[in-house]
Amino acid sequence: MIVRKKDRVVVLGITGKQGTFWTEKMIAYGTNVVGGINPKRAGESHVGVPIFASTAEAAKAVGADVAVGFIPPPMAKEAAVSAAEAGVKLLVVLTEHIPAQDVMAMHAAAAKHGTRIVGPNTAGMVTPGECFVGIMPAFVPSVFKPGRVGVISRSGSLGTLVCLNLTRAGLGQSAFIGIGGDPMLGTTTRDALEALDQDAGTDAIVIVGEIGGGMEEAAAEYAKRVAKPMVAFIAGAAAPAGKKMGHAGAIVTGNIGSYAGKRKALEAGGVVVVDTPAQIAPAVAAGLGVRVTARM
Amino acid sequence: MNFEEHAAKSLILHQAGIPIPRGILCKTADEAAQAAQEIGPCVVKAQVPTGKRGKAGGIKLANTPQEAQQVAAQILGMRIGDYTVERLLIEEQARIVREFYLAVLHDTAARKPLILFSTEGGMDIEEVAAAKPGAIRRLPVDIDNVPRARDIAGMLEGLDLGAAEQQIAQIVDNLYRAYRTRDAELLEINPLALLGDGRVVALDCKFVLDDSSVFRQGDIAGAGSAPPMTDLERRGAEAGLKLIQLDGNVGVLANGAGLTMTTMDVIRHYGGTPANFLEIGGEAYTKSEIALDLVLSNPGVKSLVINFCGAFARTDVMADGVVKAWHKLKPKVPVFFSIHGTGEVEAVKLVKDELGIEPYDFMEDAIQAAVKAAQ
Repeated sequence: MIVRKKDRVVVLGITGKQGTFWTEKMIAYGTNVVGGINPKRAGESHVGVPIFASTAEAAKAVGADVAVGFIPPPMAKEAAVSAAEAGVKLLVVLTEHIPAQDVMAMHAAAAKHGTRIVGPNTAGMVTPGECFVGIMPAFVPSVFKPGRVGVISRSGSLGTLVCLNLTRAGLGQSAFIGIGGDPMLGTTTRDALEALDQDAGTDAIVIVGEIGGGMEEAAAEYAKRVAKPMVAFIAGAAAPAGKKMGHAGAIVTGNIGSYAGKRKALEAGGVVVVDTPAQIAPAVAAGLGVRVTARM
Repeated sequence: MNFEEHAAKSLILHQAGIPIPRGILCKTADEAAQAAQEIGPCVVKAQVPTGKRGKAGGIKLANTPQEAQQVAAQILGMRIGDYTVERLLIEEQARIVREFYLAVLHDTAARKPLILFSTEGGMDIEEVAAAKPGAIRRLPVDIDNVPRARDIAGMLEGLDLGAAEQQIAQIVDNLYRAYRTRDAELLEINPLALLGDGRVVALDCKFVLDDSSVFRQGDIAGAGSAPPMTDLERRGAEAGLKLIQLDGNVGVLANGAGLTMTTMDVIRHYGGTPANFLEIGGEAYTKSEIALDLVLSNPGVKSLVINFCGAFARTDVMADGVVKAWHKLKPKVPVFFSIHGTGEVEAVKLVKDELGIEPYDFMEDAIQAAVKAAQ
């Protein structure tokens, strides 16, 4: 799930306002965008990219390793299922507020066709200095720079802040993996942790979690076998119990998914858990045994 | 979105062919008496979209119209949870032989639907799960299919259901179909009761509609219950913004749920208290103008943190909305900015030029200053 420059990327919904804006940003940054999908405009080209009627046609004509969708919620399931059927290996679902039963159908199709879904409700992935897929500010030099810290985040905005703080401290990133804020994700914190653990370009791992669900706890189990330094920040310590905080996944009932439970599990897994985002970079630096260049 | 029992029963269960008791919805004690006249010995049930109605005294038996009137007068106007009782369901009394629990819901970890059945009906399933975990049968279902008859039979096997088993199996099948066609997040019958006359009937029903599916469930969504909201929260909802009013004094305007929660956490970390949760992330990032109005309208706010970290949300667009609202509202409380990410150069310049305010380099510094100013 670390995107590379060689990966052939197709953009679903490329001709819309956001699809256009972000495709141009992706191409300018170095992403290998080989096609866009819009059944009504097949045969044309848009922002210099050929348009196809379906992901299957794009896959046949130009190849499609990765698909990323700028698709409104009512159409998201159909687009995702078609992409899985077309054989894309990685499907990045940016859309928020997809009906939950549609999300389940997407995951079923992905499992059937061997497609990995990242999301829904993810901001995407960044491989600094190489390429990005999604809606992250990879191109803002104060936020991302190439390096050896892998970052996993449920939130795009908070993930941006964390990368900004790392960059300011002189700690570049090997990969940013936005896993998404939905309750039913294709790629979990644990999955992303495993990928970064196995990535030769990653020396330290930052987990940016949130209250709700059991993903941080599951990742904490895996963390026990990870030798690389790991630092986590969990958002939502001050959130009132039982209230949905935007991300449907961030709801705490009883003790399941609570801040205290996640913190305890991660610490037991050998992860350094910090109280504020500004403490992440110093903790990573300490884990790596390097000096940071910015203030603590 | 939650539904009251009467709505769940008539719109979901009855439509799905699942037997429910005869019942009449009433708004006054006189109507309740009239309904009892028609129905006979009855149960008077408070209609609020929350659990624990029985424990709160919101469900009572009445054997005569006079009793129904008295009981109805007691229950109407009662507070249960965050709700005031304004409606009653008058239902025929049932002679219960056995009580079961049946539900269809999302198994979020497995990412597929799950049917739960238990012979320990009538109590909270969380309590059953804690006290007798073995008493809950689970049947995961492939979202692209319906449960197979033999899988349902397998789930019910060995529970000594006798003649009721056929009826229950049919109800399981019908309930699953209703869960699918109605985009339920949770569809629960508790208790599902075997009556003295041999019928199996749904005595109570909880239906939660997936909020993301409201667009395609328009014919029933209007019957759902609005969550309890403050006036300010309602104004937010009307503007399409999720606002939660809290009892602190540091206002929060940030983009994205994760960053907003983090801003609240850091306010607490420095000894302050957040006055609200308000998210303008996703497509809502263009609504910063109304958002600023909302957070400043909260009477408890003594200072405000504006914390933007743009990924999809462009900070220049958000800052522009803030500046526009600022000129109209002329905030009386001190405001502290931190702006980073997509569009940051334009956004910072805009705030400096238009408002004469220098955004902080570190979010923590902006928050610390806001906490201090609020004290």
